[in-house]
Amino acid sequence: MRLLTHNMLSSNIKGVTNGFPLLIEVEKVIEKPVDFNPDFLKNMFLKVDWKALVDASRSLGYADLPEETPESSVIDSDDFLRKFHHALLELHLEEGALVCPETERKFPVTKGIPNMLLHEDEV
Amino acid sequence: MVSRPELKAPPEIFYDGVEARKYTSSSRIIEIQAKLSERALELLALPDDGVPRLLLDIGCGSGLSGETLSENGHQWIGLDISLSMLDIALEREAKGDLLLKDMGQGLGLRSGVIDGAISISAVQWLCNADKSSHEPRLRLKAFFGSLYRCLARGGRAVFQVYPECLAQRELILSSAMRAGFAGGVVVDYPHSSKSRKEYLVLTCGPPSINTELPKAKLEDEESCSGDESSRDEENQTVSISDQHRPRKKQKTTKKGKGREWVLKKKEQMRRKGNAVPLDTKYTARKRKARF
Repeated sequence: MRLLTHNMLSSNIKGVTNGFPLLIEVEKVIEKPVDFNPDFLKNMFLKVDWKALVDASRSLGYADLPEETPESSVIDSDDFLRKFHHALLELHLEEGALVCPETERKFPVTKGIPNMLLHEDEV
Repeated sequence: MVSRPELKAPPEIFYDGVEARKYTSSSRIIEIQAKLSERALELLALPDDGVPRLLLDIGCGSGLSGETLSENGHQWIGLDISLSMLDIALEREAKGDLLLKDMGQGLGLRSGVIDGAISISAVQWLCNADKSSHEPRLRLKAFFGSLYRCLARGGRAVFQVYPECLAQRELILSSAMRAGFAGGVVVDYPHSSKSRKEYLVLTCGPPSINTELPKAKLEDEESCSGDESSRDEENQTVSISDQHRPRKKQKTTKKGKGREWVLKKKEQMRRKGNAVPLDTKYTARKRKARF
């Protein structure tokens, strides 16, 4: 699972009001190269929750992203886009778990696929 | 009668290792899935500016439909309830991210982040109650409600569905409308029983030009393939003398049906979406008497 997906995903357990962002427990991280596409990144930059992305990339061991939300002018710098691209699309959480921030319910991640199935009493 | 997997078992059980394996080995299934997803992507009508979008593939299964999305340069997130199918997707090296998720429990995605959603032959599964806790109406409501929230304004969702009956289509459509979607059903090849396909095209946001339904396909536009088959027929030598034919057929051929009748039949077949050779001056012309 890439951080792109992590950034979109929230916990939808019954009664949870703010299930975003899910915390990450890391067991194994892999990197897969992806074609660099500035247009897509510029499009995504507006949608991404920056703080969640930075925190998630740190927990995967990648600390090159700036802490504060960057100005929108930074989007034209190639250096920034490369880092953004790497964090968003190339880092994969292969094994580990996602943890709901409110209930601390764990969603296990195996072979890169998070198991987001809810139990009957959580729907 | 076409077999309906929905009637056999719940999806996470029906699509076990054996059934999932079919989706890598059967070229027929692969071809059909690719065609359906291409059409769905076309109906999605994303702006033609070459920018890749973030799409959702609901019921992505083995990632066949996702492959079409990747080929068109888009990033996608796929979700499915069957782990065996997702394993196959991993084997096929699907480019998108995969989630094990039950769409009837709501999607659980942030608001307004997804540019469009497609789903090939999946939504009808929601109409089943596979567990005692399942209530189709509530599951449809949870699904469409969460989908509406996560789609960006003006975003579209296209579902290819096989509704079992009129009531089921009504149920799906009314739940979508209640969630706030505008749109309707596009039926491709409505006269054919085999190639007839229904697409539910939904638009998020207030009605505008975008919410207008796209046109359905009525005729098979692949006339070139039809040409070939007609040529093949000419090359074949037909050597059946009248005596060997059954008596019934002898009578009808003696009279002949005439050009008008042939043209009418060809038109009928075309409306069904079959590949039919073009009408030419040779159409329905009498064969030369051969000795």
